[in-house]
Order: sequence, then structure tokens, then C-alpha cells
Amino acid sequence: MPITQTPEVAWRAIAPALALAGGGVIALLVIAARPKIHRAALAALSLAAIGAASWSTFDLCALRYRVVMQGSVAVDGVSLFANLILLVTAAMTVLLSYHYLERRRIHRAEYYPLLLFATCGMVLLAAANDLILVFLAIEVLSLALYVLAGMARRDAGSQEAALKYLLLGAFSTAIFLYGIALSFGATGTTNLGRTAVKVASGGVDARLTSAAMALLAIGFGFKVSVVPFHMWTPDVYQGAPTSVTGFMAAGTKAAGFAALLRVFLVSFGALQWSWRPVLWGLAAATMVVGSILAIAQSDVKRMLAYSSIAHAGFVLVGVVAGGREGLSASLFYLLAYAVMVLGAFGAVIVSAPDGRERLSFGEWAGLGQRHPVFAGAMTLFLLSLAGIPPTAGFMGKFFVFSAAVQAGETPLVVVGVLASVVAAFFYLRLIVLMWLTEPAGEAQELGASPAPALALALAAAATLAFGVYPQAIMDLARAASVFTG
Amino acid sequence: MEKYLFWVMAVTALLSGLGMVMARNAVHSALMLVVNFFALAVFYVLLGAHFLAAVQIIVYAGAIMVLFLFVIMLMGVQREEPADEPIRFQRPLALLAGGALGGLLVFVIRTSFGLARFAEQAGSSSAGNAQGIGRALFTSYLFPFEVTSILLIVAAIGVVVIGRREPESEEPAAPAPASSEPGGGP
Repeated sequence: MPITQTPEVAWRAIAPALALAGGGVIALLVIAARPKIHRAALAALSLAAIGAASWSTFDLCALRYRVVMQGSVAVDGVSLFANLILLVTAAMTVLLSYHYLERRRIHRAEYYPLLLFATCGMVLLAAANDLILVFLAIEVLSLALYVLAGMARRDAGSQEAALKYLLLGAFSTAIFLYGIALSFGATGTTNLGRTAVKVASGGVDARLTSAAMALLAIGFGFKVSVVPFHMWTPDVYQGAPTSVTGFMAAGTKAAGFAALLRVFLVSFGALQWSWRPVLWGLAAATMVVGSILAIAQSDVKRMLAYSSIAHAGFVLVGVVAGGREGLSASLFYLLAYAVMVLGAFGAVIVSAPDGRERLSFGEWAGLGQRHPVFAGAMTLFLLSLAGIPPTAGFMGKFFVFSAAVQAGETPLVVVGVLASVVAAFFYLRLIVLMWLTEPAGEAQELGASPAPALALALAAAATLAFGVYPQAIMDLARAASVFTG
Repeated sequence: MEKYLFWVMAVTALLSGLGMVMARNAVHSALMLVVNFFALAVFYVLLGAHFLAAVQIIVYAGAIMVLFLFVIMLMGVQREEPADEPIRFQRPLALLAGGALGGLLVFVIRTSFGLARFAEQAGSSSAGNAQGIGRALFTSYLFPFEVTSILLIVAAIGVVVIGRREPESEEPAAPAPASSEPGGGP
């Protein structure tokens, strides 16, 4: 019997994921040893783990891009840039979470380890270079998110969100697995790089790969809420605790799109002719449906959920555009979306005291007169989501659309611009309510405390900075638009 | 011999699968699923995947189905599903869509492989035996294998968080009355 060589472990390359998972395990042990521990300590521990992961990500940037861990993990620009988005998202979520959870009296110490494990799953998903690892990473992040969505045990909406997400998520995972099986059947490998070689060589059955790509697209489409796989999004985003919603919106989208980009541009890049029209249709449907349905909403969280569907469509435009331009535009968009949506959900969190939030539009009336700074920040996030200069959202849309025009996808850009015009309506409606109507009822305080205020300030600063001076981030995204595989 | 065994098991698998979906009683469904798992295990043996067959019986037919039965018993057997459709034409539409998807997948696999080539591929790979799987797990799939441990930790925390009752002092009584929580552990 031949002696198998011990597989090489690239510790530095997997250090970000290890830091997050290790932080989660340490947090769990701390909870087990000291059940009465102050939850602020756990929040601080989470921030430390995220900091360690960020440090090891920066450490990785100096290394040559390569594939490690027997081909399952890719260290390249896309995975590093996605790490940046994900770690920023996780850190802001921790800042927003602590006071929110205490105010809503969700006294669950397990929240923080679960958040770390979810982030770990996202980091792995963004770097996964093997379909098996893609699947496992999706499961890690989804399982954690199912539980996080149901954290508010006494809130029927939160329970409903968790159950819906779990059931529909299980179906989407099954479909995704079927796609992996067919892809393996067609190419004889689950490795994305080897799949690409096999597909490019032309020795694979086109019907089988088409079916595989369709099923994989459905699985990804569900995770990043692309129409028509978006049905769960409004209910789950509305029901889940708001800090979790923001994390889901920013993080799942970034990680899911990073994996989608890797699978479709690397593995099936040679088959662009077959998947591009499909993603084209999905992008158009997502932008239009998300924007139109958002108009009818009267709940801020639900409106933001539909807006997040529409934004998935805008990122898809970048994917359809393809090439280095489209890739860097998508990456920029994901970062811009992460900061502005975290800001918007963060503003909902601090909008009212006593474990309450201003959920219906009516409650936002006249906030501009009573709390001008807060209303100003929310206005900035909404303008950015609407894509109005000088904000991050505008530059994101600008880059995505110009990449699509360069790729000759002008009709899709027209659809996108029309959808943005429709979308601007409901964002502006909330802005008008805040500034141009008289406040109704007695004055309500805000529920601001230092940590969420800091997160909001950071998000607002980033939203403005990316809009006024996007070149630095865009250069970074362009430099990061490299796959290895 | 192999051929006859295949046909017997194919019929068994299909019938038990249908029976699992159609049975009104949840326990009957679960038992039908066990039969289905056994039939699949026989297929794996026929294809030379002995390890997979053993795992199929030990893990699925054994452990997972026992858990299923536990859950069904805890939840109560008597529960009947509501017969009316919440969405009109949901069932015919679901049948149509499911049938179309199934037909498409069968067509794709059938035309692109043919049954013969599937069997040939399965036989030629060494992954069918325990040694091959073990070697693959600890060499080329080492990292995914380790990531499953994170997955299991997350699942364990999730179960604890969902299953544990919380102290009374937590959370203001929101819309849901606390008494209506289903399950909640023994």
C-alpha cells in the first residue's frame, strides 16, 4: 500500500477563517465557563476576532495570488476584496448589535459566536475554489443565519422569519447540490480551476453543463435574492432582528456574489454564450420587480428588503457585463451597498428608544425638525440607495452601468436606469416625510448610544467618501479583479 | 442475477418513494422512507460502492430515521394536514412544474450519459471503497472535511439556542403569546 503524503496546510491563507472560527469557539467556551458574563465582553471579543481576521487578510495581500489547500481555497483579489467587505460588515454589525439586543431584551450570549461563525462561512464562501467547499460554506453561513433570524424568541415575526428561511433555504440548497452533482458528472471534478480547464477544452456535454449551471444559478440566486427566487426576502428581512437583517443584506450578498462570480466567470467562463442571456433576464427581472414592489410598502424594513432585491439586480448587471470592468464594478458595488444598507438598517435601529423601532413610514414624519443630524444621516443612506450623487450608491451604479455599456449591453442598462428612477420614488417618499411634513404626536427620543452612533457615523462617512472620491476604492477593486484558478 | 435484483429494487424504490409522499399518516411516511433508503443501499452495492451502501444504512436508515420517528412521536401522530389549498391551483401547478423539472433532468442525464456510461464511471473510480474515500477525505478534500466540523458546531449551537427555554425576564411579551410555542423539549 502506498504511503500517502501528508497534505500541505497553508496556515496563512486560511488564517482569516481560522481567526473567526477560533473566536467563535473561544466565545462559546467563555459562555460555558462564565454563563453570567457581561455580554459587552463578548461583543468586544467578537471585535477582537474580526480584528485578527482583518490583520491576517492584510497579511495575505502581500503574498502571491495562488490556490492553496489542495485546490479548495483561492487566495486572489476577489477573495481578499470580499474579505474586506465581509469584515467591515461584521464589525459594524457587532457595533450595532449590542445595544439593540439589550434594548429588545434578546439576552442571548450565543448571538456573538453565531455571528462570528456566519462571517467565517462568508469568508470561506468568497474564497472557495471547490464546489464542495462552496456548498459547505453556504451551509455554515445559512445555518448560523437561520438561528440568528429567530433570535427574538417571543416575537412571532422573528420565528416566522427563521422558519421560512430554513425551509426555503433547505430547498435551495438541495437544488444547488443537484447542480454540483451534474457539474461533477459532466466534468469529473468539483474543483473550479479543473472544471474551467475541462470546460474550455470542449470535451464536456453542453446539455449537462447547461443543466448544472441552471441549478447552480438557482442556488446562488436564492442566497443573494434574485427574482424569481426572492420570495423569502421581505418576510425574513422584516421579521429578523434588525441587526441581523443588516448583516444578512450586506454580508450574504457580498459572499454569495463573490462565489457566483468565481463559479460563472472562472469555471464556466468558456460557456458565457449560454449563461449570459439567462443572467441578463434575471438581472432585468430583479431590478424591475424589486423596485416596483418596494413602492407599495409601508414598513421601512420591508421597503429596504425589496430595495435589497433590486440592488442584487444591479450587481448582476456587472456580472453580465463580465470581463475585468464588470468584475471590478460588481466588487465596488458590493462594498458600496454594504456600507449604505448597514447605515440604513442601523438608522432604523437607533430610530426609537425602549427596544422599539420606527417601522411604519408615518413614524418618520417630521424627524428632520426634531433630530436633524440623525435624519440627515438617514437621508444620506436613502439618497445613496436611490443612486443620487454624490454618494457611494451613485458611483456604484455608474461603474456597473458603464461596464455594461462597454460590453454592449445597452438595453439592460436602459432597464436598470428606468428601475432606478422608479426606485428613487420610494426612497424620496421617506425623505420628504422626514423633512417636509410636520411631526405628528409628541416628541420621541432616539435610541442612540455611543457604539451604534459610531457605526452610523462610519457608514455615513464611507457612503459620502466613496461618492465624492471613488477613485481610490475603484482602483483597489480594479486591482482586486483577478481570479486565480 | 444483478439485473433481476435491480428491477426488483427499482420498483421497490419507486413505490416506497410514492408511498412516502402519499401516506396520510406521518409514521407510515417515515417507514416508507426507510424502505426507500434500503432500496438505494442495494443500488449502491450493485454499483460497487460498498462503503456508501453501509453508510446509507447506518446513518440514514438507522440514525436519521430514528430521529425522524422521535420527532413525529413528540409532535403527535394524529395531526392531519389541512386539505384546502391556501393558494388556488397550487397543487396542479406544483405537479406540472415538478414534473417538467424532473422530466428535463431525466432527459438531460439520459441523453448526455446513457445508462451504460454512468455505471462505467462509477465502477472505474476508486471512491467506491472505504480506502479511497478515506484517502480523498484526508488529502485532496482535507479542508472541506475540516470545515464540516465548523458546520457541526454551528448546528449544535443552533439546536441549543432554539431548544433551550429562556428565563422569564427576557424580552417584553411581543405579539406571540408565550404559551403557543411549539415543541420546546421534553
